[in-house]
Amino acid sequence: MSKVSLTINNQKVATEEGTSILEAARSAGIDIPTLCYHEKLAPRGACRLCLVEITRGQRKRLVTSCVYLAEEGLKVETEAKSVVRIRKMLLELMLASSPGVKAIQDYARRYGITRSRFDIEPDFCILCGLCVRYCNEVKGKNAIGFVGRGTQRKVMFFPDIAAEECPKCGECFPLCPTGVIPSNYALAKLPHFTYDNIRL
Amino acid sequence: MPRLKSATDLETRRQEILARRDPDKPCVTICSGTGCHAYGSEKVAQTFAAEINKNGLKEKVDIRRTGCHGYCERGTIVVIFPQEICYLRVKPEDVPEIIETTLTKGEVVERLLYEGEDAQRIIHEGDIPFYKHQSRIVFGPNRFIDPKSIDDYIARGGYAALAKVLSGMTPEAVLAEVKKANLRGRGGGGFPAGMKWETTRNAPGEPKYVIVNADEGDPGAYMDRSLLEGNPHSVLEGLTIGAYAIGASQGFVYVRQEYPLAVENLNVALEQARDYGLLGENILGSGFDFDVMVHRGAGAFVSGESSALMTAIEGRVGEPRPKYIRTAVSGIWGKPSNLNNVETWATVPLIIDKGADWFSSIGTKGSKGTKIFSLVGKVNNTGLVEVPMGMTLREIIYDIGGGIPQGRKFKAVQTGGPSGGVIPESLIDTPVDFDELTKVGSMMGSGGMIVMDEDNCMVDVARYFLNFLSEESCGQCVPCREGIYQMLKILNRICAGQGRSGDIELLEEIAEVVRDASLCALGATAPNPVLSTIKYFRDEYKAHVEEKRCPAGVCKELISYYIDPEKCQACLLCLRNCPVEAITGGKNLIHVIDQDKCTKCSACFEVCPTRFGAVVKLSGVPVPEPVSTGTEVKRKRGGKSE
Repeated sequence: MSKVSLTINNQKVATEEGTSILEAARSAGIDIPTLCYHEKLAPRGACRLCLVEITRGQRKRLVTSCVYLAEEGLKVETEAKSVVRIRKMLLELMLASSPGVKAIQDYARRYGITRSRFDIEPDFCILCGLCVRYCNEVKGKNAIGFVGRGTQRKVMFFPDIAAEECPKCGECFPLCPTGVIPSNYALAKLPHFTYDNIRL
Repeated sequence: MPRLKSATDLETRRQEILARRDPDKPCVTICSGTGCHAYGSEKVAQTFAAEINKNGLKEKVDIRRTGCHGYCERGTIVVIFPQEICYLRVKPEDVPEIIETTLTKGEVVERLLYEGEDAQRIIHEGDIPFYKHQSRIVFGPNRFIDPKSIDDYIARGGYAALAKVLSGMTPEAVLAEVKKANLRGRGGGGFPAGMKWETTRNAPGEPKYVIVNADEGDPGAYMDRSLLEGNPHSVLEGLTIGAYAIGASQGFVYVRQEYPLAVENLNVALEQARDYGLLGENILGSGFDFDVMVHRGAGAFVSGESSALMTAIEGRVGEPRPKYIRTAVSGIWGKPSNLNNVETWATVPLIIDKGADWFSSIGTKGSKGTKIFSLVGKVNNTGLVEVPMGMTLREIIYDIGGGIPQGRKFKAVQTGGPSGGVIPESLIDTPVDFDELTKVGSMMGSGGMIVMDEDNCMVDVARYFLNFLSEESCGQCVPCREGIYQMLKILNRICAGQGRSGDIELLEEIAEVVRDASLCALGATAPNPVLSTIKYFRDEYKAHVEEKRCPAGVCKELISYYIDPEKCQACLLCLRNCPVEAITGGKNLIHVIDQDKCTKCSACFEVCPTRFGAVVKLSGVPVPEPVSTGTEVKRKRGGKSE
């Protein structure tokens, strides 16, 4: 593997070819906020918090740093004005939909967002998809998945697979930034909900 | 049917088909596109068949069910050849008269002809103003062809372009021709098709795929549907030519499940093309192998996005993925995949047949050829129109569309579907051209064109499109899922009279982030309806927010209906038509609307005779105190009010 070197926030960073901007930045101690990234999973680019500004020649553009690969001579700004404006709005939107989630509160504080101008309609799950992708990509079980689209999108256990697989696994629980997956699972384990009891 | 083994075989077959057909034999063609089908065209066709039998004309007259003619406003359309007599709004009960007058006596049925200005009747389809100003090079053949008959297509020179390519052109030469024609994708983005083909051709990896995007999902748009239903072979021929140029041996048609007739006609066309040796192994003896699979979409608008569409073909949930490597390089199963929409593919045989120079002589500097639009909304002639690029919106709406019904005033036209924007009257002379439409804040899109008059509220229009998009967003990325939702909530409250100061600016702030930060083009273009309506109609937004007034009188919570006691003639019409019995009064007694009961359905407003004009729509002003029950009317005398 050959090396590429790029500039992130005026800092020279050398990295392996095929490394994403996000990984390169983190290896150099530069933090880029993320909610849907995990080193064991294929990057999904869904939370959009990791957007950064790149410059090639005269042209500036925004790219998803978890997906975009480091290139020789690339100039990256992780806290450019255009980027911060977007992160602030995304965090404000998420503060309305998931106000109680610590990861979102922490990032919001970092970007100076103390309150949301939108009506609060709290939901625990932030739809980062870490559990869904872990179960699919790492475990190959698909015991949990997305259902519905748009604002109706939800994460759900598929009972027949989950009843079989989840009791012996539970590896997605610590990945959940909200704690909603383990708690939903615990709820589902209440006696009258168990699959065995339903089975006649 | 023996397979055609060469270009010569195809031409021989064409001559055989033509030899069997007498060009002077009368042929009744009945438009059987989805629009006319809904009017009952099948019944008309069956009545023709039965009546022709009854009159002993079976051997003397042909019947053909054709694809959509485009003038959907006036369906069912029947055209009788060879004279090309065009009858509009034909009902089954008109059939005996047509047979007796036209087919037997050779005369026209005046009352079914198009009635132009000065009550002048027009006989030929092509002379009708709606058609006269169009250039129907792609869509035109629809009306001559039975989509279920490959012979009809071949008789008109179909598959000749494919034969030309396979018998004498290198893939490079085909590619060069399409690039020279500067054909830009008709599906939305307007990306040059030739460049995309070249990228796929040069990308490493085998096999390569070519795909038809028939996932048209814009509200009110049905160009691709009508083309695929009406002339499926033109799309397949274009696709096969593209596959040859790109070096693909497998094609896909991604077509919506909601287009049953398109799926049916496409499958018939595929079978026939295979039987004729125009698909499959060794096409026309050239050694080129190519076949096509149909993939039916499950009705998600977002699946029209290229990466989502390809993910769906792979058998997974049709959701876009972030791509810095284009699908042209890494598409279906990571292989180079070239996607174009129905209309783009259907244009390809024409370019090969008539040459790039001919094609690029039509249109503007940056946009060549023609474009099909679905002209709908507040316009007299609704339907599908095909015009050369560069024609102005005014020409399309007034010359072809016949202007706004009931002499109302034109307000704006929405182009490009949910991803497009509105264009106000001040810009109605904008030409239809990919770059010009983008410049004014809208886009070509796939060709939706919704005309709006003074009775359309622009805030309500933006709300309509955002509502559509909020249901169609896949929901994986935050700006699209949450941003559209919050914008919709703000628009809902503005329309409900709950708008807050700062709402318009907040809308703009969210819109810009959704546009810049979304994962795919659905999110990136979703704010267009909001941004363009604010840009051109900011005062209308302000009236809603600041004065709680809807200038167009659309937003129910901002309007009231009121009966002017000075004008009411106690005719009982509104009282009887009110579905919720909110109107009191009686013979000789002034009618009064109970504002608490009124559901603002507008029935009273519509039935009140124009000469009285007593029912009025109020917005932004308080409703006057009602007159006391039992007040007698003041009669108009001698045309003068007292």
